[in-house]
Amino acid sequence: MTRLLNNKAIPVILFLALALVPLYSSVFDDRFVLLFATRILILALAALSLDFILGLGAMVSFGHAAYLGLGAYAVGILAAHDIWDAWISFPVAILVSAIFAAITGAISLKTRGVYFIMITLAFGQMAYYTATSLSAYGGDDGLTMWGRSEFFGTDLFANDTSFYLLVLAILLGAYALLKRIAASRFGRVLKGARQNEARLHALGIDPFGYRLAAFVIAGVLAGIAGALMANQTEFVSPAYMSWHRSGELIVMVVLGGLGYLHGAILGAIAYLMLEEVLSGYTQHWRLIFGPLLILVVLYARGGILGLIKGRAK
Amino acid sequence: MSATLLAVQTLNGLQLGVLLFLIAAGLTLVFGVMDFINLAHGVQYMLGAYLAVAGYQLTGSFWLALLFALIVSLLAGLALEFLIFRHLYDRDHLDQVLATFGVIIFLNEAVKVIWGAAPLSLPIPAAFDGSFQLMDNLRYPIYRIALIGSGLGVALLLYVLVTRTRIGMLVRAGATNPDMVAALGVNIRRLFMIVFGFGTMLAGFAGIMAAPILSVEPGMGDNLLILAFVVIVIGGIGSIRGAFIAALIIGLVDTLGRSMTTDIARLLLPPAAANDVGPAIASMLIYILMAAVLFFRPSGLFPVTRS
Amino acid sequence: MAPVLELKNLNKAYGALQVTKNVSLTVVPGEIHAVIGPNGAGKTTLIGQISGALASDNGDVYFEGDNVTGLPVAKRALRGLGRSFQITSILPEFSALENVALGVQAKAGHSFRFFKAAAKEQSLNEAALRHLATVGLEQRANVRAGDLSHGEKRVLEIAIALAGEPKVLLLDEPMAGAGPEESARLVEVLGQLKTTIPMLLVEHDMDAVFQLADRISVLVYGEIIASGTVDDIRGNPAVKEAYLGTEDGV
Repeated sequence: MTRLLNNKAIPVILFLALALVPLYSSVFDDRFVLLFATRILILALAALSLDFILGLGAMVSFGHAAYLGLGAYAVGILAAHDIWDAWISFPVAILVSAIFAAITGAISLKTRGVYFIMITLAFGQMAYYTATSLSAYGGDDGLTMWGRSEFFGTDLFANDTSFYLLVLAILLGAYALLKRIAASRFGRVLKGARQNEARLHALGIDPFGYRLAAFVIAGVLAGIAGALMANQTEFVSPAYMSWHRSGELIVMVVLGGLGYLHGAILGAIAYLMLEEVLSGYTQHWRLIFGPLLILVVLYARGGILGLIKGRAK
Repeated sequence: MSATLLAVQTLNGLQLGVLLFLIAAGLTLVFGVMDFINLAHGVQYMLGAYLAVAGYQLTGSFWLALLFALIVSLLAGLALEFLIFRHLYDRDHLDQVLATFGVIIFLNEAVKVIWGAAPLSLPIPAAFDGSFQLMDNLRYPIYRIALIGSGLGVALLLYVLVTRTRIGMLVRAGATNPDMVAALGVNIRRLFMIVFGFGTMLAGFAGIMAAPILSVEPGMGDNLLILAFVVIVIGGIGSIRGAFIAALIIGLVDTLGRSMTTDIARLLLPPAAANDVGPAIASMLIYILMAAVLFFRPSGLFPVTRS
Repeated sequence: MAPVLELKNLNKAYGALQVTKNVSLTVVPGEIHAVIGPNGAGKTTLIGQISGALASDNGDVYFEGDNVTGLPVAKRALRGLGRSFQITSILPEFSALENVALGVQAKAGHSFRFFKAAAKEQSLNEAALRHLATVGLEQRANVRAGDLSHGEKRVLEIAIALAGEPKVLLLDEPMAGAGPEESARLVEVLGQLKTTIPMLLVEHDMDAVFQLADRISVLVYGEIIASGTVDDIRGNPAVKEAYLGTEDGV
């Protein structure tokens, strides 16, 4: 019973609840909830992609926010040149993210431990500084898009409700895909490499190629999240790629519980709602948030899912 | 570029290098001896600067403020060690990154609450006010020379401490094999606390010295922290000598790079593009340098091998 | 008989310390060739050099006649050079079955398969169960590997190595930390296996060595000081001297 509760029920309940948000929003005439939930889902997608490499594969990337930026800028720059078609901008976002991930991953994955953290941070910073230098596209101040992506003449992106459902559908699709991959032979290699890399080599598996593939998959998904984010805020800025952002993504993943994939979604929800609630009390909500994070790391390391599992025992 | 400008930028590069060394030394010691990633080292630097400002407001004297800030930053660092960090020595690096990230979030906000978000400044002490005629056409602020000098002095002090004293020997032994050192009966907890406290003081000292010439504001430590990490990765984690050399290299590369890349870019590209590309490459130079060093020497220039 | 594994003058030094020195030996089909020696003799370093985990300063490793000295660990493993680890290197979060299934999966070629659930793959599970049965662990197939007893883990190590269908097995102190019952079981398993898979057995446990080995080489301070049959080694005065003072005295 408890195993069922942990593995199947939680994501089902989660996605059902998320699907009901537009209904809630229209019944209670609360547009803010819909917009806030959209933002949560977009960051949840980025967090989900990070959990795939960090939770499953123990690749602590401190530069994952770079993909949010790459995807966002793909959409923003094309929009600045009056190209609004989603069928163009999204594939571009995906391609750019994939190339960046392939190149930086090939270099970073040759390193281990703290060196890996540092080098992913460095690549994230490089992306950040490149964006700040693009004065034609706003540089440090960012770029305002006057509109959203178009999809065959429909207002799929422009209408708040349909956009929310689009994001939810993408999140659900990404979750299902990653869950599938995690259970496959490929996923088994990633999980095995996390536990004992020497063992895998001795069996004839060099984890490098697998890790690189996972890194690219994660980068692409985060790039899609970035493209969605540009659409939601209609604004693109280097701040999307700051190392603080990368740190926040890691916090979200750990907060939810590493390695379960739906944990990352829970973590994103928890993080953003906590931020919202706390900032309602005080402008200095970070004074509470910092110590809270420390307490979670010290005493609730398994995150939300860890707490649920603990209570179910 | 004229010789004067080159000389000034070189001195500025040394100044940045020395500042980076003061921060990186504590960082590499703590990482080397305790295998502890301390992202909060940057806010310890920031705290030093704010405490110097507070101390000056209390006493009106730069020197008393220096003493005040050094003592209080040491105490603050020890408090952090006692309350939080010592529970993390056995945890993996990810946990350490997250917890120290929490400390950054907290302290960056705390200084805003106590001192406000607007940048503060500290007047240069009278003894070091004014500039020094180094050569024809070159006057350089005395304070900055004092900063460089004090940094070099600290480097020398560290060298003597680590190589010539008993505690230094324990630190070096602890960096290579902490279990062995503990097994030999050394109180490893106390050793860790001493190392950590000392590292904190170095960061605080850097903040105090930087306060008169940089603006004291929330988040001032964040970018220097990343640079400091690049320094220790290039220098070799655990090596103070590596941190010293790498810090000077990075200080020079970053400073000289920034002044030169735009000029170089203009030679190759049209001016509008050069004005974008130049600063972008300048910002990326040290990361490119780090990637290159790691490619040839994956453990940095002077790695300390851990048993 | 052509040797399956041949070492020619393997050398490895760490700074001024020469850990292995001109080590040469062979492993022929059907035998267990044991390598014994006092602590610090360089046995684990030697295994590392053979498996590819450690680069030799000079010397060659020949596997089935091919010079594999330059190949990385994974490539040697795929050719059939299997190994077990002195410090248990199972995957603690996986079940015993899944541990071995991973080995089977590795042998099958690349693992870039994204959509089928690996845990449900009959071919992998059947083969894995067979290997577990060979070492007597089939009843414990679904137990989380980290929860197994120490002896069971040592046996699982062997099962995982077997999953790769090795042509030669490098065993690094398989009895390490095993109690008398577990050691007896391991000896039985290895004894049965030797007809199909020749082995290089590095071991401290002298009882096991004398029960299992066809040939023994003695490694002291990185050098082979004696090599021959069990009786040769038992009677060798240099070997007795090397072991004087240890509880594993000949």
